[in-house]
Amino acid sequence: MLKTLKASVAVAGLVAGGHAFAAEHESLSGDLVIFSDMSNPAPRAVMEGLVAEFGEMHPDLNIELTVIDREAYKTQIRNFLTANAPDVANWYAGNRMAPYVDAGLFMDVSDIWEGEMSENLASTKSAMTMDDKQWGVPYTYYQWGVYYRADLYDEYGLEEPQDWETLKSNCQTLLDNGIKCFTIGTKFLWTAGGWFDYLNMRTNGYDYHMQLTAGEIPWTDDGVRQTFANWRELIDMGAFVDNHTAYSWQEALPFMVNGEAAAYLMGNFAVAPLREAGLSDDQLDYYQFPAINPDVELAEDAPTDTFHVPAQASNPEAGKAFLKYVTSPEVQTRINASDALGQLPINSQASVGDDKFLQQGFEVLSSNAPGGVAQFFDRDAPAEMAKVAMEGFQQFMVQPDQLDNILQRLEQATGRIYDK
Amino acid sequence: MTQAALPQSTVRKSWWRRNQIAITPYLFLAPGVLFFAVYVIIPIFQSFGISLQDWDGLGQPTYVGFENYRELGNDPAFYTSLKNNVWWLLLYLLAIPAGLGIALFLNQTVTGIRIYKSLFFFPFVISQVVVGLVFTWFYDPAFGLLNVMLGWFGAGPINVLGDPRYVTFGIILAGLWPQTAYCMILYLTGLNAVNPEQIEAGRLDNAKGWRMLWHIVLPQLKPATFIAFVVTIIGALRSFDLISIMTQGGPFGSSRVLSFYMFEVALSEYGFRMGYGAAIAVVLFLIMLCFIAYFLFSMYREERR
Repeated sequence: MLKTLKASVAVAGLVAGGHAFAAEHESLSGDLVIFSDMSNPAPRAVMEGLVAEFGEMHPDLNIELTVIDREAYKTQIRNFLTANAPDVANWYAGNRMAPYVDAGLFMDVSDIWEGEMSENLASTKSAMTMDDKQWGVPYTYYQWGVYYRADLYDEYGLEEPQDWETLKSNCQTLLDNGIKCFTIGTKFLWTAGGWFDYLNMRTNGYDYHMQLTAGEIPWTDDGVRQTFANWRELIDMGAFVDNHTAYSWQEALPFMVNGEAAAYLMGNFAVAPLREAGLSDDQLDYYQFPAINPDVELAEDAPTDTFHVPAQASNPEAGKAFLKYVTSPEVQTRINASDALGQLPINSQASVGDDKFLQQGFEVLSSNAPGGVAQFFDRDAPAEMAKVAMEGFQQFMVQPDQLDNILQRLEQATGRIYDK
Repeated sequence: MTQAALPQSTVRKSWWRRNQIAITPYLFLAPGVLFFAVYVIIPIFQSFGISLQDWDGLGQPTYVGFENYRELGNDPAFYTSLKNNVWWLLLYLLAIPAGLGIALFLNQTVTGIRIYKSLFFFPFVISQVVVGLVFTWFYDPAFGLLNVMLGWFGAGPINVLGDPRYVTFGIILAGLWPQTAYCMILYLTGLNAVNPEQIEAGRLDNAKGWRMLWHIVLPQLKPATFIAFVVTIIGALRSFDLISIMTQGGPFGSSRVLSFYMFEVALSEYGFRMGYGAAIAVVLFLIMLCFIAYFLFSMYREERR
């Protein structure tokens, strides 16, 4: 699924705003090779627009964009970073970039972060920092939270829950009326990781969660057990749709569309398919996952997508210039607008798209997540650990009695994975 | 100088003349042997070498001796995969009698028999990926045909692919569908070659039904049975694509086989433990080696006869 686009040929609509600050940049020449995983239609259009505009700003620069299928990219990046490195590559923040930073395959771009930039991108600075240096720049992120059927909640007189007890009593009311509280499809495991993230951050707090994913707290710890005990309350109620192991996250959407389930703990990307399936904005709403332990501060998941300059880039100057360009407030505003990526800009000077979910998400992340912002389970924990653990979460959701075995297995795996 | 060169060239020419016949087969074999060595033989030894290392595919490998194998011995996921591999090998063999049954049934002259034969052969023609998808939908707990049919008898929905008890058998059944068709076509061709005189002779001696099948038809189908056995074993060991399409090894790893586990550990999104993956590959290779040795031995015996 490769497509090469010569920037000099295609000039898209995004160009208009580019001229204003073109003069600020020194002139660049040579080739700029970009490998991108933005292969879905909307992100792809954004990426192509970026390239076209950057090409306009630097007419001497010959930009080659290669868009690779998002899933295939995850394995191909290993090959092209070592063998045939581009000048700019997409990737993810947090622990997900650790193997490439450790192997010396990403370039230190701390100089981009100097001064004003650090303030503007403060919310994700820690996720881009390893060994006190920054290894890339973020361009977008999105909130997680509970997307629910407001019409169903109204019908049964339910409010958006602010605490765990309300969440459970809401759930009981729905169950009494033959509606499942939450839809979920755990076939590809990570959806269960989202539940664990929220339950653990609400039970034990952000710092504990980070220590756990960093291997500093054992999985057999009482705090972890408390998280699973909370989770089990929902499982024992029958809060989740049956047979969720057979569904992907998309296949779990119809339960919510048909009104068989009332809510979905998901990232903001679930909104688009729910709207396409016919839910209006009156029927669909969003609330922040409620507090469980009142003593811990609320923390959120907000996975961040990034750009990096590979260490073996042949034109690192142009690569860094491109990174600087995508972090500017104007560009971040435009690429994250609701008619483009439909996500949240990182740069605090950028403005958020005109969409109720984006507005709410921005509100939550900027002013109601004092605990911190996590990346997501499979980006905070090392990949191997994430795999083993998310498999354990899925098993727990089906066989909660196996908890001791599961935790034992995870603890055994940590011994091997974090030892290195 | 020309004089010095001349005798040499005549010597070479005559050597070529003398040995032409003897060398030609080796020359023809050379490209095949070369590629077989580069792509099959050498990688076997390389895998074994990598299996003794701890390597993420990026950094420097470290030699760890048999540590990977020791870890395999304590890995419950490895035993699950191994157990599933055994189930695959055993149950996949059902394709042979099933294929024989259908072949016997179709081996008659009725109008349009060719159409029936093609219809039965159809599942083998479509891609394994499609087979996997079709069966995934067939098993779907919400709208799948299986559960609709069970509903007619008042039986509750069974989540075949989401339940660790049924999942491997569900996938094997999906695999049997095309594999049975394959065995069927092998037996259909085999049945064409059955000697009618022997059947006639059996008739005269009052052989019927099972006795006719067992003592007269089956012995003549032995070559077909052997090939069916070989392709079925290979098919069982290659079960990767169906598992990847239908369950990704899930739920919680209960439908993995060794080849899928190796892929997950070494090459998937969540792990790049080349050494550990190579160790699994070596174990898988040893299992295959048993069958390969048996096949080679049978063929060798066959040729000596």
